[in-house]
Amino acid sequence: MTLLSPEEWQAVALSLRVALWATLGGLPFGILVAYALARWEFPGKQILNGLVHLPLILPPVVTGYLLLLTFGTRGPIGSVLQDIGIVFAFRWTGAALAAGIMAFPLMVRAIRLSIEAVDPKLEQAGATLGASPPWVFATVTLPLVLPGILAGAILAFAKAMGEFGATITFVSNIPGQTQTLPSAIYAFLQVPGGEASALRLVVVSVVIAMTALMLSEVLSRRIAKRVAGA
Amino acid sequence: MSLKVELSHRFGTFALDASFEAPQGVTVLFGRSGSGKTTIVNAVAGLLRPDTGRIAVGERVLFDSTRRVWLPTHRRRLGYIFQDARLFPHLTVRQNLAYGRWFAQKAGRSEDSARVIEMLGIGALLDRRPGALSGGERQRVAIGRALLAQPQLILADEPLAALDEERKSEILPYFERLRDETSVPILYVSHSPAEVARLATSVVALQDGRVARQGSATEVLGDPKVTPLGPGGAGAVLETTVATHHPDGLTELQAGGVQLLVPQVQRPPGAHVRVHVEAQDVMLAIRRPEGISALNVLPARILALRIGDGPGALVQLDVGGNLLLARVTRRSATVLGLRTGQEVFAVLKAVSVAKDGIAGRGILPR
Repeated sequence: MTLLSPEEWQAVALSLRVALWATLGGLPFGILVAYALARWEFPGKQILNGLVHLPLILPPVVTGYLLLLTFGTRGPIGSVLQDIGIVFAFRWTGAALAAGIMAFPLMVRAIRLSIEAVDPKLEQAGATLGASPPWVFATVTLPLVLPGILAGAILAFAKAMGEFGATITFVSNIPGQTQTLPSAIYAFLQVPGGEASALRLVVVSVVIAMTALMLSEVLSRRIAKRVAGA
Repeated sequence: MSLKVELSHRFGTFALDASFEAPQGVTVLFGRSGSGKTTIVNAVAGLLRPDTGRIAVGERVLFDSTRRVWLPTHRRRLGYIFQDARLFPHLTVRQNLAYGRWFAQKAGRSEDSARVIEMLGIGALLDRRPGALSGGERQRVAIGRALLAQPQLILADEPLAALDEERKSEILPYFERLRDETSVPILYVSHSPAEVARLATSVVALQDGRVARQGSATEVLGDPKVTPLGPGGAGAVLETTVATHHPDGLTELQAGGVQLLVPQVQRPPGAHVRVHVEAQDVMLAIRRPEGISALNVLPARILALRIGDGPGALVQLDVGGNLLLARVTRRSATVLGLRTGQEVFAVLKAVSVAKDGIAGRGILPR
């Protein structure tokens, strides 16, 4: 890649890796939580809904600091994980965790909407034909919500690419380790003569974000079609 | 094999308390909307858990509240044909048909799908998706999908209600075939007297969550206390055999002790034919009328008289050993002085017996 300097390219590559893991790691939880919110009635449902949306409405710095408190090496969860060799603080994995949590509400919202669009009568029909609940989920629900899951994943990926506040608070801004694309832009703007690099990275960000958004649009339009059975 | 149902269930102000037995053949659950038909079917399917009761197919207990048995829907071995087909939109017709069969194969049986596809005439649709099918085609595929699941019990909840008259007459013969070819009980929900007349082996008439009457189609539909349960179209069913075909396009049917002339029936002499005669098509006369165009003037005896809330009255007649219903106005009933036990004449126009009201039994090619 001759358009970007090795340092800039490092930031882009790291961001792609962070966003990919943030999305893939969040997906199973996202589907589970979206299904629970769409289909189950349980005490504390509103609390779960609130918790999921919290990163969307809290200042990102607050989320980052909370992550540091809980997942830092001396935090209640972080210290336990450290004993089994998993460290989040000041590592790229921590950046992925922060990005994943910040992107989670967007992912859950998209998947939940598509689950709600599936007619439960179709799932009943599956059951009358001999499919147990896990089979009904795998053969009826999942194929029908797949476009929604893809749309949610793409949205989450784009959000994870651009995550800044929580990431920089939680894992700082270490080049090659935790310096993602937005952190790199921020760092370039702090040094004299860094504006050209910052601008190049801005263009890359815009291209990635636009591509993701349009892909997500196309997929959500397919949901309607597919559920209608055309 | 027969289905035994016994259940009571309460939600809000509605109380369901019904028990009946559905033998091999079609048992029609008949009654107004809100009488509990769908609740019963859903309880049998396991989609709704009743408060108390027992449901069993042959020796298999699906639900028993005293023994705490509750088989989940997917282990009940059902074929449920819904009013709204409910085909899987993301699968082709072929995949929809294969769906239930695949789960049934795990249970160790396999049915010849080619035979079912041929019977339902859906061979040309196999590679299409449900979105590209007409309402009637969708319902035929739904029937096939239910059959290929190797059911030990077939449930049909108003499977024709969403279709227009043309589509209905397209689907009805398949249910007749199903009734005559399968040995599993079929529980069929309907509020259409015409469907009951054509399909029912036995009828369970429901009213406000209770079984008002249970018996053969002729008994139940010929009972003036029951027919008002269905909206409009009260009418009796006659079991007849084809006597002769006349060259002027009429067919003479033998029904007990009387002969009935109807428009040509495409069945050989001796064939068994069921005729649905709507109550509003039957006129009454206290003396034998002369010089009228109606061809069927049948001596009859009034068995029961039911005065409705409106201007109408329903009269149950014994016509040569058959039950027949006549709808007259209350004024006519008063003017003619109709009373139970009276000898009268039932007048029936040959053309008023519609083609749809005549159905063969067990005579379709196997």
